[in-house]
Amino acid sequence: MTAAASSSPRAKSSVDPAEVARFAAMSEAWWDPHGQFRPLHRLNPVRLRFIRDRMCRRFGRDSERSRPLSGLKLLDIGCGGGLIAEPMTRLGADVVGIDAAERNIGTARLHAEESGLTIDYRHATAEDLASAGEAFDIVLALEIVEHVADLGVFLAAASALVKPGGALVLATLNRTAKAFVLAIAGAEYVLGWLPRGTHDWRKFVRPSELERNLRRHGLTTTEISGVCYRLLTDDWTLCRDVSVNYMALAERS
Amino acid sequence: MTANVVAMSERNSSDKGDTHATGDPIAPGGRIAGDAVIVGGGLVGLSLGHALARSGLDAIVVDREAPATRTDAGYDGRSSAIAYGSRCVLAGLGLWEHLAEHACPILDIRVSDGQSKLFLHYDHRQVGDEPLGHIIENTAIRRALSQQTGAARGLDGGRLVHIAPAEVRGLERRSGRVEAVLADGCRISASLAIAADGRQSPIRVGAGIGATEWAYQQTGIVCTVAHDRPHRNVAHERFLPAGPFALLPMTRLADHPQRSSIVWTERAALAPAMMKLDDAAFSAEMTRRFGDYLGPLRVIGRRWAYPLALLHAERYVAARLALVGDAAHAIHPIAGQGLNLGLRDVAALAEVIVDAHRLGLDIGNALVLERYERWRRFDSTALIAVTDALNRLFSTGAAPVRLARDLGLAVVDRLPPLKRLLMRHAMGVVGDLPRLVRGERL
Repeated sequence: MTAAASSSPRAKSSVDPAEVARFAAMSEAWWDPHGQFRPLHRLNPVRLRFIRDRMCRRFGRDSERSRPLSGLKLLDIGCGGGLIAEPMTRLGADVVGIDAAERNIGTARLHAEESGLTIDYRHATAEDLASAGEAFDIVLALEIVEHVADLGVFLAAASALVKPGGALVLATLNRTAKAFVLAIAGAEYVLGWLPRGTHDWRKFVRPSELERNLRRHGLTTTEISGVCYRLLTDDWTLCRDVSVNYMALAERS
Repeated sequence: MTANVVAMSERNSSDKGDTHATGDPIAPGGRIAGDAVIVGGGLVGLSLGHALARSGLDAIVVDREAPATRTDAGYDGRSSAIAYGSRCVLAGLGLWEHLAEHACPILDIRVSDGQSKLFLHYDHRQVGDEPLGHIIENTAIRRALSQQTGAARGLDGGRLVHIAPAEVRGLERRSGRVEAVLADGCRISASLAIAADGRQSPIRVGAGIGATEWAYQQTGIVCTVAHDRPHRNVAHERFLPAGPFALLPMTRLADHPQRSSIVWTERAALAPAMMKLDDAAFSAEMTRRFGDYLGPLRVIGRRWAYPLALLHAERYVAARLALVGDAAHAIHPIAGQGLNLGLRDVAALAEVIVDAHRLGLDIGNALVLERYERWRRFDSTALIAVTDALNRLFSTGAAPVRLARDLGLAVVDRLPPLKRLLMRHAMGVVGDLPRLVRGERL
């Protein structure tokens, strides 16, 4: 553990060295662009651009300036190793990252310290924060809703965390035959991009279901954009086809 | 050692999060931090520093040479053919306005083969209104880069820190950062290191990146000549058995209203004897090779001799390291493309770095570097192959080869579409171009 880590306010607890070693190994895995999280690294630029551009528009910022999201409170639900939380911090946001898996939090903290970034990582759920009455300008739930046990309960909590004037950004998979073929048969079985069993098609979410749920909690869905893979350039881009991967933007007035 | 720190703007400098003191020389054993550390303050390294600083990044350039050495008239006698795309890059960096008065437009290129009457004639009007390129003395570009480093300008909290003279001993990688260790023990910490340290590139060697390298048995003799008749903005390239002999039009000076830059490729064995000739005999040798369209050529000022060699790095990137310019590829000067290739590296690398920076990504991450390598490798490889093939084709006196190439030149001359494509290639405006090369904002 580095000197920076021991001086960090968040690493005060008596840390088990074996745990730290495990976090370090996990952190390397999370942050290796050619490792098991490669698909997330490839998806990251298009997702970051979506979030940055929509939030700059919402909050009247210039996306070509340094730290355009300065002063905005941002919550990353299901932050994993911090692949989104770190860039959002560099863009100036005050970031809270939460994950239901405790080891992800240890991993993310270690990496943020190594990167010299201050990020408030907590082992908590959206429901925990919502019942504590916390609220944020920007709430992110990327690749989360297709994994939660109860979509309605989750979206109620996520919506409650959005301040008036704030926004919720979601990224998920549509429940279509094409999504089954590409995201499960293709990505998990043929290409091996994802471990088998990563996704359960029955939990995929239709845009209309998101929209209906969010409206119930006072959020207006203002954009649904597809995210498509381009074979030629081996990258992802926004597209009109929302039948597999898509991102949604919902705003509270 | 002095550190010349330029705040690219007064705005936002406090919200960068860095607390290191700049403006003072770094104390021995001290440490500073930035976004990118660029090793080498030549044409390519400083251009990249300008590009990054203007886009809001902290760029630290470490140069072995003192700035005054780099800009001294005796340091570099070469002139560069600045292709249209390179001019856009220099304009995008705010440098062209300071270079325009030193830039001589090329409106025509005449390629001829030895004594043969057949020649290829490129007229800029075949591809539009823009000149095919401009000839500028390297010293003028070095001065503009250096002067603009001393002028506070630019955008959004970006800074260009110029540390010179100082030697980088090596790079150390640690937890998401790379540190350049200087000879006096100072450390410069950054997310990404860039080797712009020339053909021999100690940084490339230190990173264990191999290079394919071979020496041509040729020397490039470079000088400036005065002549009586006007050059009419025509560049000439004559293919002689020893290699190409080029005459490039230059801007007028009060005491030399007509002058041109000479790049004379000579057999390595013969070059030292040529270099030893007195001015009159040396001038006569040039006139004998070039002919007398412009009247006798008279050498003015110094002569330089550069051994010609080709070098291509096996990779352009490693962990938290990217190679640019001659550190990545040094090509035969036959087509005058070396600096143009380097400036296209600058435009592409600056673009991938700035794009990543604006998304909040770690600018030294492997995916950023892979994008740069994929983008640049094809262009450089193609140019290396073409310049090498041209040199081999034209540096021979064998009769069948000579006949074939003469016919080739004549054929190209009679096929306007092919000629336009070749011209647009030479202008550096073909392919998937970086924004700066297209004349757009970074």
